[in-house]
Amino acid sequence: MKITSPHMGNIYLLLGDLFKRFEVEYIPPPPTTNRTLQLGIRYSPEFACLPLKVTVGNFIEGIERGADTLVMAGGVGPCRFGYYAEVQKRIIGSLGYNFNMITVEPIGAGLVNFVKTFKKLAPKSSIKEIYKSIKTSFIKAQVFDFVEKKAFEARAFEIKKGATNVAVKHATEILNSAFTPTELGEAKAEAFRIMNAVEKKEEEDYLKIGIVGEFFILLEPFCNFDMCEWLGNRGVLVERSVYLTDWIGSSKENPVAGIGEEEIKKAAKPYLSHFVGGEGLPTIGNSVKFAQRGFDGVIQLFPFTCMPDTIAKSILPKISRDFDIPILSFVIDEQTAKAGVITRLEAFLDLIRARKNSRFKAKEKVVETVNC
Amino acid sequence: MEGYLGIDVGSVSTNLVIINRENRIIASVYTRTMGRPIEAVQRGMVELNQQLDCEIEIKGAGTTGSARYLTAAMVGADVVKNEITAHAVAAINVIPEVKTVIEIGGQDSKIILLQNKVVVDFAMNTVCAAGTGSFLDHQSARLGVPIEKFGELALKAKNGVQIAGRCSVFAESDMIHKQQMGYCLEEIVYGLCEALVRNYLNNLSKGKEILSPVVFQGGVAANAGMKRAFEEALNVEIIIPPFFNVMGAIGAAILAKEQTEFQPATNFRGFSVSDLEYKTSSFVCAGCSNTCEVVKIQVENETLARWGGRCGKWEVASEKSLNVTCKPAN
Repeated sequence: MKITSPHMGNIYLLLGDLFKRFEVEYIPPPPTTNRTLQLGIRYSPEFACLPLKVTVGNFIEGIERGADTLVMAGGVGPCRFGYYAEVQKRIIGSLGYNFNMITVEPIGAGLVNFVKTFKKLAPKSSIKEIYKSIKTSFIKAQVFDFVEKKAFEARAFEIKKGATNVAVKHATEILNSAFTPTELGEAKAEAFRIMNAVEKKEEEDYLKIGIVGEFFILLEPFCNFDMCEWLGNRGVLVERSVYLTDWIGSSKENPVAGIGEEEIKKAAKPYLSHFVGGEGLPTIGNSVKFAQRGFDGVIQLFPFTCMPDTIAKSILPKISRDFDIPILSFVIDEQTAKAGVITRLEAFLDLIRARKNSRFKAKEKVVETVNC
Repeated sequence: MEGYLGIDVGSVSTNLVIINRENRIIASVYTRTMGRPIEAVQRGMVELNQQLDCEIEIKGAGTTGSARYLTAAMVGADVVKNEITAHAVAAINVIPEVKTVIEIGGQDSKIILLQNKVVVDFAMNTVCAAGTGSFLDHQSARLGVPIEKFGELALKAKNGVQIAGRCSVFAESDMIHKQQMGYCLEEIVYGLCEALVRNYLNNLSKGKEILSPVVFQGGVAANAGMKRAFEEALNVEIIIPPFFNVMGAIGAAILAKEQTEFQPATNFRGFSVSDLEYKTSSFVCAGCSNTCEVVKIQVENETLARWGGRCGKWEVASEKSLNVTCKPAN
């Protein structure tokens, strides 16, 4: 059994670790490129969202590398993602490839089924071993998430350009080689030390931008035009609302992002009081939280035809007015030309920079009049 | 005399201006890009030079528009700015108290909202280009009316014919249908303007408050029918600045002037750039898994600039300093 699974940010690191514990061969697809996208577009329905197209491409490229078993996450929420595994099975099957598809449904959809699925994925391990492996791999994935979060904070202030990326690479290597829980504990400390050691300049007047939106697009740098890094390289402190382990973990507290689900719901309540599928509600709640925390701007990203975030998009102008915070929405489709995205991002940075300066000046003026 | 050069290379037109220290226009050129930005800029520079009747020393140069990085490398720009900021800067220069800028170009349309000379909000068309200059161009060719006469014709209409403007292809079917039914040309042309304005307002300005003064710029502002349709839809006066079609370039020139005040000398290479032979090429870097597509621009075998790489290693001026292991893929 040779397993492959689509890319979504750092998920290949988690799966690589997990299947090593299961003693099953794991072949990650090559990194997502234009070719991946072109394959996905060719074989997917036109009206499906970008995540389906990209992941179909990933599967095909994974099979080309020699994989024979495809692993895909399922889902029960009112988002099309939940049945993409089934759709992919049919699409890729119709292309004549021989493979076995294993869909991992969330625990919430039935514990017995969940255990059965993992017995298939790890035929050599006992249930107890599987449980232990998942637990350790999950903790490791959480450390990867923290490294990513620290990178957003470091990149904005790095003195040597590219130092953060070097640190991330170094930290990832160290974490990858850790296997036992003891080793992992040491690697975690070392990884954090490496990330904190990135030399940073003292900057007081910097911009802070919160990133919200649909999960897959936020996590997969190929799909979001590597926006977090682009902003970081321009000295912008970026905070992203979702991380891999917050999303797949059972905790409602979102330990990596630091804002629990109840709090997000509460923040969203004046604008949206119920679940609308996907990340519609979190997009609203997180935008409000970013605004309340004094961020200079919010960027929303979601795939074209994504219903939940389209609902959120129509509510965001109201939040923007109420909190006087600029919000920029990007609808991501098949186009890969970065120019249009960069133009809007550059203008958005000019806008929030100018607003910040004029507000600063206005404050100075007030002080002046008081002194007179 | 001192001057500042602004170049706006867009999808349809390439615009160049030279302004003096007081932001007054000394020379301006509006030419078609026709898919060849480098040639368009070179042609524009020659025309611009011909317009000058006295010796001008260019003290700063700025570029904007979708080919701004390419053009900046080519002419040696001091500032490279996105077109939204450039248009806002130019509009403020004409009407300092401007609150709304409507800009419709070849394939882009934007709305920019300002308060006290600061951009507070903007929107740009994303997945749809219905309602931009390209569509008007296409329809003028189809109807056999030169685009310059389009506005004049629209003003003659008493009322516009209802035309579906959501999609430019269906707008065309709708127009053809109305023609077959016997509506007169003036009313169809004006109906088209109304449809484009409706599309603009629905796509871009939804949820945004359009406050007066409203400045309308970009190539499409030449169409008096569009001005009338905007005025009727919004019920406010629409101001069209005298140099409406080169506002992006004016903005770039003003920004170049501001920028060069803080630097010892301009990077501008001089008007001779129009005689040089520029070569652009692209390749996929095989240095890592990012497989970035890198574009490079060369002049007489000297590499001026490279961009498109994520790690920044290609953005150095000399090829010699590159790491040997990072050879291009093809």
